[in-house]
Order: sequence, then structure tokens, then C-alpha cells
Amino acid sequence: MSVENTVAADTFTEPPLIKGNQTFASVTEIISSIVEKKPKKAWFVLFGLASSLVMILLGSIGFLVWEGIGVWGVNNPVGWGWAITNFVFWVGIGHAGTLISAVLYIFRQKWRTSINRFAEAMTIFAVICALIFPGVHVGRVWVAYYMFPIPNQMAIWPNFRSPLLWDIFAVGTYFSVSLMFWYTGLIPDLATLRDRAKTVLRKRVLGLFSLGWRGGNKQWKHYELAYLLLAGLSTPLVLSVHSVVSTDFATSIIPGWHSTIFPPYFVAGAIFSGFAMVMTLAIIARKIYNLEDIITLKHLERMNMVIMVTGMMVGYAYSMEFFIAWYSGNEYETFTFLNRAFGPYAWAYWIMISCNVLIPQLFWSKKIRTSIPLMFVISIFVNIGMWFERFVITVTSLANDFLPSSWDYFSPTFWDVSLLIGSFGLFFTLFLLFIRYLPMISITEIKGVLPQADPHYYENHA
Amino acid sequence: MAQIFPKWTNALPTILLIVVLAGGGAITGFFWYFGSPEYTDVGYQPVQPVDYSHKLHAGELGMDCRYCHTGVETGPIAGVPPTQTCMNCHTLVKTDSKKLERIRDSWATGKPVKWVRVNKIPDYAYFDHSPHIAAGVGCETCHGDVRNMEKITQVEPLSMGWCLDCHRNPAPNLRPASEITTMNYIPPANQATFAAQRIKDKKIKPPITCSGCHR
Ligand code: HEC
Ligand code: HEC
Ligand code: HEC
Ligand code: HEC
Ligand code: HEC
Repeated sequence: MSVENTVAADTFTEPPLIKGNQTFASVTEIISSIVEKKPKKAWFVLFGLASSLVMILLGSIGFLVWEGIGVWGVNNPVGWGWAITNFVFWVGIGHAGTLISAVLYIFRQKWRTSINRFAEAMTIFAVICALIFPGVHVGRVWVAYYMFPIPNQMAIWPNFRSPLLWDIFAVGTYFSVSLMFWYTGLIPDLATLRDRAKTVLRKRVLGLFSLGWRGGNKQWKHYELAYLLLAGLSTPLVLSVHSVVSTDFATSIIPGWHSTIFPPYFVAGAIFSGFAMVMTLAIIARKIYNLEDIITLKHLERMNMVIMVTGMMVGYAYSMEFFIAWYSGNEYETFTFLNRAFGPYAWAYWIMISCNVLIPQLFWSKKIRTSIPLMFVISIFVNIGMWFERFVITVTSLANDFLPSSWDYFSPTFWDVSLLIGSFGLFFTLFLLFIRYLPMISITEIKGVLPQADPHYYENHA
Repeated sequence: MAQIFPKWTNALPTILLIVVLAGGGAITGFFWYFGSPEYTDVGYQPVQPVDYSHKLHAGELGMDCRYCHTGVETGPIAGVPPTQTCMNCHTLVKTDSKKLERIRDSWATGKPVKWVRVNKIPDYAYFDHSPHIAAGVGCETCHGDVRNMEKITQVEPLSMGWCLDCHRNPAPNLRPASEITTMNYIPPANQATFAAQRIKDKKIKPPITCSGCHR
């Protein structure tokens, strides 16, 4: 081997995805031990906090069902308040999980392996949180089944031309495909845990869920194919779900909603906010469980780049909306956008612009995008900004509609706030349970990207 | 390694499948039958403050429905008769009947009798008697054989599906104006041609859009 070759190899091969000279055995050990040992104190503290927020959520839902949606701040022009804001926010969060797990899988982006498992878990939990809101916003939750096309005594179907029905299908498909995809990925790891289990109960429970996985050649062959197919199924969903959600707005004739830019704009926003949420969670989990070798700085840096790029897409959409408002010469459209930026909700608008467009620009600097504390703070800002984006879209267009005499200002009530906070509680509770009981990083896939997994690995050593 | 599960568990998936299918079927069937207005609403017969009989008055005495339910042809509400209507006869007939005590009290004090409402649709749905009567739908179609009812009972589900069943195809339920209050009406052999003619003449077009009933 000549000297130049080594230099070239050093310059052009990627640095390893997994650090710390791991072996197959050490990877299994690091990841499985997390769920086998008693959880750390920090886990209990966080779980206590999160589950008390879940109590708030349940209490708020109970009160809402008892009293009706009048307990919210919704008023006559603003019929869609925080409930739809939260719904869109949470559905959006989920998208990063699917993008990471499915799209990056199909493009053979190996760096995804360290984060895909919990990004997918995040998707599922976020969709669960999202589903609460359309569920309760109907007021009489016991007739929520009207939303589904079920034969009924009213002898009518839901309106198949309504995007609200497409939403049911889109989000329902999304949830079930994501769940299947996640579970399929889990099977070999569950089998690993099963084989390491000490007690009979643990063996049985894990045995049940690992579906008799033995790791035989044939099983792997089927498994890989199934995983690929599910990845293929999930990929269009990354684009379709939020596009459909955006049509809830876009098919109406309200200025500020009735716009063809909505589907791509919403998808970019969804990926943007989802990556920010993955960052927030990854940084915490990595710290608590000392996973620095597996979720390396490089992973985080790449995610920051995605955040920066999608942030600019969102920024482009914001400016394009303004451009079209002016270019169309439509006075209602123009008014709506001027009103967004300078009207009664200007404060929300500028929070949105600062958090989503300006702050992510800091990631141009390598120092900032590789600094853990800074990226953590920025990811939180993006989360806030994306929530405000949905708030701005929903509320500003409704509050000042075509009929000035009915204009009103939306102010949230205690119950609006408690439901939002409670939904975060549910999200984190589910997430903490996931970290506690399931391998949060895919053991099998990590092994696949170790240098030892390369068939030529041992030849080089010879 | 020893097996984790005993051999009999091999049968579990099959059993589970059967239980899920049968259970799902049973639950669906339960709500299909017991949850439908045909089960929950039909047959409702509240106790009325006065032991009044349609069978006697409308049946045996042969009174016309519209003698008491005066609004039925002219407005949305058929109307339950005021005490005065009863007293048109009962100042002369059965003046000392115990069953009529409440009526006489009401007449003396001027306080109306509190009849209990039987047929009721929710406030968010709009119903109007007069266009139905004008189109030729008989009382019997919606209220059953009242002339033979001792006590009024709800006989139709009054559900939206029920309204729409007729609105989508009213023809079999149309009668000549003279037969509106007839009970046990037997449609003539030429019902189809009669109905087609009537629909054409009266431009009958029941609403099937949401805003027709949910105004
Ligand atoms: C002598 C007066 C009188 C006549 C005639 C009469 N009704 Fe009534 N009807 C009443 C009274 C009083 C009530 C309220 C008490 C009750 O529900 O039994 C009533 C109630 C009803 C109700 C139930 C209203 C509800 O609460 O839903 C229906 C339906 C009805 N009548 C139909 C008829 C029909 C059809 C006829 C003709 C065949 C008829 N009635 C003739 C006096 C009369
Ligand atoms: C057209 C006249 C007429 C009108 C109007 C009328 N009734 Fe009567 N009602 C009669 C007659 C006749 C009898 C008695 C039949 C018999 O002899 O058994 C009777 C019997 C009754 C009885 C049974 C009394 C008993 O002791 O057996 C009750 C109760 C009664 N009517 C209630 C009412 C009420 C309530 C109204 C008003 C909604 C009303 N009637 C209106 C003619 C009338
Ligand atoms: C197309 C069906 C239909 C026909 C035909 C019909 N009804 Fe009704 N009726 C109803 C419904 C539905 C209600 C309940 C209305 C509500 O809750 O607003 C009702 C209520 C009533 C009531 C009690 C409430 C009120 O409106 O005062 C009376 C009395 C009544 N009907 C009498 C009659 C009589 C008498 C006739 C025949 C002349 C008749 N109805 C024909 C459907 C019908
Ligand atoms: C048995 C047949 C039948 C049933 C049952 C029936 N309808 Fe109708 N309805 C008609 C017909 C026929 C017309 C058309 C009248 C016309 O076009 O002249 C009509 C018209 C109407 C209208 C229009 C009135 C207007 O002012 O134009 C309303 C509202 C309505 N129905 C409501 C109801 C509701 C609510 C129910 C159920 C509780 C119901 N109908 C049940 C036959 C029916
Ligand atoms: C012919 C009259 C009629 C028309 C047309 C009609 N409805 Fe209804 N609807 C009713 C009646 C009557 C009820 C009450 C049924 C009951 O009490 O079981 C009802 C109930 C409902 C309910 C149930 C509300 C609840 O709280 O359970 C919904 C939802 C509804 N309608 C939606 C619609 C929609 C959507 C359309 C248009 C596609 C429509 N309706 C058209 C008569 C109508």
C-alpha cells in the first residue's frame, strides 16, 4: 500500500459513524443494559413530572367533555383556536421520524441508524398527542365516530369531498404504517432482549412481542424485504400527511388559507419542527445515558443542517405568501398579510419569524452547529416558533375575516393552556416509558454500520 | 435452550382470531340492534296526566284529527288541544267522571293540562307538518294507527335515516288529500301512477340537503 493511498483514504473516507472502538458485543451491552438496569434517578424525576402533566391533561379533557368546548377561548369568528393549532403542531412533529427512518433508509444514509428508532417512537407519540385534539374538539366526544364512514341511523356518509375526512384517512394511515414500521424494526432487538432476559415473565413478554425471531438466514431475508417495503410505504406519507392537513385550510376560501403553496409549505415546516424535536430529545437522552459514542456530534451536526435548510424553505414560504398577496392585487389577501405582520397578532408573527427564519441561520457557523448547549437552545426556539406558525395561520385569518363587524380577538383560557401543557406531558410520559422498556437505539442496525460488518474488514487486518 | 412457551400456546393465535372476530361481530351486533332509535325510541309511551283515549274519541266516536290538532295543515306544529276543546263536549258528557277531574280543574283555574310530549325530534332538526300534509302524507305513515291506540305510542324511529328514506323516495307514501287522516289505508293498485301524477302536479320535492332540515 503506497503512501498517497493512505492519505487519500484518510481525506476521503468518512469518519466512523460509531465511535469508541465498539464491538458487536459492546453495542448489545450498551443499548440493552439501559432497559435491563433499574432506571436512573433522573428518569424517575422526569417521569414524575411528565405523568403529573398527564393528570392535568386527563382532568382538562374530563372538564371539557363535561362543560363543552365553551371553556376554550374560541369565539365567533375564531372557531378554530388552539385545538387545531396543537393538532397541526403535533402531526408536524411526527414527520421527522418518518423522514429519518424511511426516506433516509431508502437513500441508504447510514447515519440515520443511531437516531431512527427514537425518531420513529417520537412520530408515534406525537401522532397520539395530535389525535387527542380533533377527538375532543367535536365537543360531544361520544359521537366522534361520526367522523368515520360507518353506516349509521342518519343514513348519510361523511362528506367525501371534505379535507376533514381525508385527514382522518391520512393521519390514520400514517399512524398505523408508522406503528408497523417501528414495530418491524424492533423485532430483532426484542429477540436480543428476550435472549438476555433473566426472569420467566420477561422472557415470555419479550418472547411474545419478538414473534419467535431466531435470527435465521431466511428470517433475515424476509425481514429485510418487509422493512424495505414498509419504508417504501412510509415515504409517500411524509409528503401526503401534512399536505392533506394543509388542505383543511387551503380548500377554504379564507384569505391567508386559500393558497396552493400550503401543501409544500406545511411539509417543509413539518420536517423542520420534527427535526428540532428530535434534537431536543436526542440531546437529553444522549446526556442521561452516556450515548455520546453512538449519537455522535456528527449526527447532531447533520440534523442541524437539515434544520437550517428546512428553516430557509419555511422562510421562503413566508415571503412568497407576502409576495403573492401583493402580486395578486387581491385586497383581502393583502390585508390579511399586512394584518398578520402589523395587526393585533403582530407579536405572534414576529416570534414566528424570529424563531423559524432568523435563529436557525446561526447554524451557518460551524462553531454553533457543533455546540451542544447552543443547538439545544435553538432546537427549543424552533419548537416554539413552529407552534406559533400554526397559531398565526389559524387565528389571524379567522379573527379578521370578511365581515369587520364580527372581528374579535382570541385569548386562550386556562383550559386551552392546560390541554397544551398536558399534551406535552403525555408525549414525554410515553417517551420516557419507551426509553425505559425498549431499546431506544436499533442494536441490529448499529451493528450493521460497524466496520466489522464490512465483509472485507478482516482481510484488511491480515 | 428450553422453550419459553409451552406447546399448547400454539393454538392461541387461532383462538384469538376467533375471539376477535366473534367478539367484534357481537359488539357490532349489540350496538346495531340495541343502539338504534328503532330500539331506543320506538314504543315510547309516557303516562299522561289524563286517561284520554284516541281509540275512543278518534276511533269509536270517529272524530277528525284536525278537530283537536288544529295546526297540522297550516303550520309546523300540529298542536295539542286546549282544555276548552274537551269541554266543548264534556260540559255535557260524563260531567261527573273521575277520569275528567283534571280537565274540570284546569277549566276552572285556567291552568292548562300538562300533557307529556311523545314524538319529539331534537331542536337542531326542523320539522314542519303542513307541507307534509299538503303533499299528501297521512298521519298514519308517521304516527301509526292512532285510531286504535288507547294511549299514544311512538311507532317510528324519527331518526334522520327514517326521514331521508321517505325524502329520497316519497312516492309510496303519498295519498289523496281526502285520505290524510284515514287509518289502515290501503294504497290503490295504481299507486305508482297516482303518486307520479301528484308529485308532478304539486311539484313535490322533499329536501335532502342538510340545510333543508338543519336550518
Ligand atoms: C279529542 C281531541 C283529539 C282528537 C280528535 C285527536 N287527538 Fe291526538 N291528541 C289529543 C290530546 C289531548 C293529545 C295529548 C295526550 C296524548 O298524547 O295522549 C293528543 C296527542 C296526539 C299525538 C301525540 C303527540 C305527541 O306528544 O307526540 C298524536 C301523534 C296524535 N294525537 C295524533 C292524532 C291523530 C292522528 C288523530 C286523528 C286520528 C288524533 N290525534 C285525534 C287529542 C286529540
Ligand atoms: C266530541 C265530543 C267530545 C270531545 C271534544 C271530547 N270528548 Fe271525551 N268523551 C266524549 C264522549 C261521548 C265520551 C263518553 C263515551 C262513553 O260514554 O263511554 C267521552 C269520554 C271521555 C273520557 C272517559 C271518561 C270515563 O269516565 O270513562 C275521558 C277521560 C275523556 N273523554 C277525555 C277527553 C279529553 C281530555 C278531551 C279533550 C282533549 C275530550 N275528552 C274531548 C266526547 C268528547
Ligand atoms: C311526515 C311525518 C309526519 C306526519 C305525516 C304527521 N306527523 Fe305529527 N309529528 C311528526 C314528527 C316528526 C313530530 C315531532 C315534531 C317535533 O318534535 O318537532 C310530530 C309531532 C306531532 C304532534 C305533537 C307535537 C306537535 O306538533 O304538536 C302531534 C299532535 C302530531 N304530530 C299530530 C299529527 C297529526 C294529527 C297528523 C296528521 C294530520 C300528523 N301529525 C302527521 C311527524 C309527522
Ligand atoms: C313519509 C314521508 C316523509 C317522512 C317520513 C318525512 N318527510 Fe319531510 N317531506 C315529505 C314530503 C313529501 C315533503 C315535500 C313537500 C313538498 O315538496 O311539497 C317533505 C318536506 C319536508 C320539509 C320541507 C318543508 C318546507 O317548508 O319546504 C322538511 C323540512 C321536512 N320534510 C322535514 C322532515 C323531517 C325532519 C322528517 C323526519 C323527522 C321528515 N321530513 C320525514 C315526506 C316525508
Ligand atoms: C330530512 C331531514 C334531514 C336532512 C335533509 C338532514 N338531516 Fe340530519 N338530522 C335530521 C333529524 C330529524 C335528526 C335527529 C335524529 C335523531 O334524533 O335521531 C338529524 C340528526 C343529525 C345529526 C346527529 C346530531 C347528533 O347530535 O347526533 C347529524 C350529525 C346530522 N343530522 C347531519 C346531517 C347532515 C350532514 C346532513 C346533510 C347531508 C343532514 N343531517 C341532513 C334530519 C335531517
